[in-house]
Amino acid sequence: MILKSMSKSNLIYLGVAVILLILPFILTGRSVQFMITQIFIFAIFAMSYDLLLGYTGIISFGHAMFFGIGAYTTAIFMDRYDASFGALLVAILVAVLFAAIVSFIVGVLTLRLKSHFYAMLTLAFAGLFLVAAEKWRSLTQGNDGFTFKVPEFLRDSTTIYIVSLVCLVLIFFGLRRMTQSPFGRVLVAIRENEERTISLGFKVLHYKVLVSVVSGIVASFAGVLYMLSLRFVNTSVFATDVTIDVLLMTIIGGVGTLVGPILGAALIELAHHWISGLANVHWIFERWIILYGTVYILVVIFFPLGLVGTIRSKLSNGSKQKIPSKKAG
Amino acid sequence: MNYVLETKDLTIKFGGHTAVDHVTVQIPDKKFTSIIGPNGAGKTTFFNLLSGQLSPTEGSIYFKGNEITKKSATDRTRLGIGRSFQITNVFPNLTVLENVRLAVQSQANVRYQMIKHFLHYKKFEEKAFTILERVLLDDKANHIAANLAHGEKRKLEIAMLLALETEILLLDEPTAGMSLEEVPAIIDVIKQIKAEEDRTIVLIEHKMDMIMDLSDEVLVLFHGELIAKGTPDEIVENETVQSAYLGGMYDEQLA
Repeated sequence: MILKSMSKSNLIYLGVAVILLILPFILTGRSVQFMITQIFIFAIFAMSYDLLLGYTGIISFGHAMFFGIGAYTTAIFMDRYDASFGALLVAILVAVLFAAIVSFIVGVLTLRLKSHFYAMLTLAFAGLFLVAAEKWRSLTQGNDGFTFKVPEFLRDSTTIYIVSLVCLVLIFFGLRRMTQSPFGRVLVAIRENEERTISLGFKVLHYKVLVSVVSGIVASFAGVLYMLSLRFVNTSVFATDVTIDVLLMTIIGGVGTLVGPILGAALIELAHHWISGLANVHWIFERWIILYGTVYILVVIFFPLGLVGTIRSKLSNGSKQKIPSKKAG
Repeated sequence: MNYVLETKDLTIKFGGHTAVDHVTVQIPDKKFTSIIGPNGAGKTTFFNLLSGQLSPTEGSIYFKGNEITKKSATDRTRLGIGRSFQITNVFPNLTVLENVRLAVQSQANVRYQMIKHFLHYKKFEEKAFTILERVLLDDKANHIAANLAHGEKRKLEIAMLLALETEILLLDEPTAGMSLEEVPAIIDVIKQIKAEEDRTIVLIEHKMDMIMDLSDEVLVLFHGELIAKGTPDEIVENETVQSAYLGGMYDEQLA
C-alpha cells in the first residue's frame, strides 16, 4: 500500500520534471530560463541543507562554504585550463573531494558535542573561506572576482537549463532514496531522540559525520552548477546571505521533506527577482532582508512544518480516519 | 553460580552528592534480579551506570568477566545490555511500528545501507509487528508515538527493548504511571520472558507484590549504598531493610 502510493508520488514528480524539460522550448526568453536555472541550482543546494536540518536535526550556519568551494574550484579550473571538458570533470572531482574533506573535519571535530558547536564551527569556517577568497588575490582576484569561459557546449542557456534540471531530478531521487533507506531512518531517529538512538545500539556520530559529508558534497556540486550558469565568481558565494537564503528556502518549503526545499528555492528566488524590481517603488524593497526576517518569523510561528509539511499533515489527518490502522502482519 | 554482570565499588558523585556509593554486586546469569529502594536511593542512576548513560567516578563494571567501564552506551547495547527507560523515551514523531522497527534494524545489524528502500526489509516490519502483538500494542501500530497514552508508551518502550534481543534486560519501573488495568498485561509479558529462562532480567520496581512474585534475588539500595541482598523472603525478614525501607513502603501501600 505504501509502495503503491509512493510510486504515485514518483509519477507526479516525474510529470513535473517532464513539463519543466519541455518548458525552455516554449519559453525562449534568456532571462526567464536563467532564473529557472537558478531555482534548480538553489533547489539542489537547499536539499543538501535539508539533509542536515530536516532529517538529522543538525544546524549549520556556514553551509555557504561548500557552495563556495564548488563555485571557486570550478571558476579557477575553468580560468586556468582553457575551459575544456576534461578540466570541468577534474574541477567537479576536486570540488567534491575538497567539500567532503572539509565537512568531514568539521563534523568529526564538533558533531560529538551539542549541536550549537557544529553551528558555530561552520560559521567560523565559512568566515575563514570568505576571508581567504578576499585576501588570496593571486588565485581569486579578491572581492572583484573574475569572469571565465565554460566548455563550448555549455554556453547555450537552454543546455545549462536542461543539465541543471537533470541534475536536480537525479539528486532529488537519489537523496530521497537515501532518506528512505535503513540509513535514512536512523537519521530521522537521531533527529527525534538522539539518546534513544544511541541506546538502540547505533553509533550516532558516524551517521552525523556521514550525512554532513553527503550534504557538503551535494552543496559543492550546486556551487559547480552555479558557476556554469553564471560564468562569473566573486566572494559573495561565501557570504552569510547565501546560508540565510538556503535556511529560509528549507524552512519555508518544509524541513525534512526534500520537495519543500525545492518549492522554497522557487519562492525565494522569485521573491528576490520580484522585490528587487520594486526597489524604485519604495526604499524598503532594497532592504529585502527585513522582509525575509518578517516572513521567517511568521512561518516559524504559524507554519513550523513549512509549506509541504503543513499540506502533508493536513492530508494525513484527513485520511487517517479512513484507513484502518491494522494492516501489517 | 555464573555472574553475567558485576560491579566493583561502583560510585558516582554529582558535586558533593554521592548518588551511588561503592556498590559491589554480582548479577546472576539467566536469573531475575530486582532492585528496590525508596525514591532517591540511586536505582536509576545505578542503571545509567550499567547501561553507559553515565560514567562512574570510581569503580568498575564487568560483563561476562570483561571490563566494560569505559565502553560507550552504544557498545554496551551491542554487547547485549539493553534497557528501558523510566521516563518514556521513544521517537515521538514516528509511528509505533517505526519505533520498534528501528530496534529490529539495529538487532539485525543493518546500519549503513543507503541504497535499498527500507520497505524491502519486510522481515523487520513483520518482526516489529509480532513484538507489538506480544505487548498488546498491535492495534496502535500505525499511530504516531507522541499521541499514545502514557501506559501505551511504556508498552512501546518494552517492545523496543524486546526487539533488541539483548541477553540482559534492564527494566526501569516498567509499570510506573500505568493505570491499574494496564499493569497485568505488562507483568504477563515480563513473566513470559522470565519463563523462557534464556535471559537475565534486572528490574527496578516499587510494587512489592510484583517483586516478591518474580524475583530470584533482591538488591536493596538506600542512599546510594547496597544495604542488603537475598531472596525475596530473606529481604522481607531482614531487619535493616525493614527499618530503612520496607516498613515505610508497606505503610504507604496500605494507606
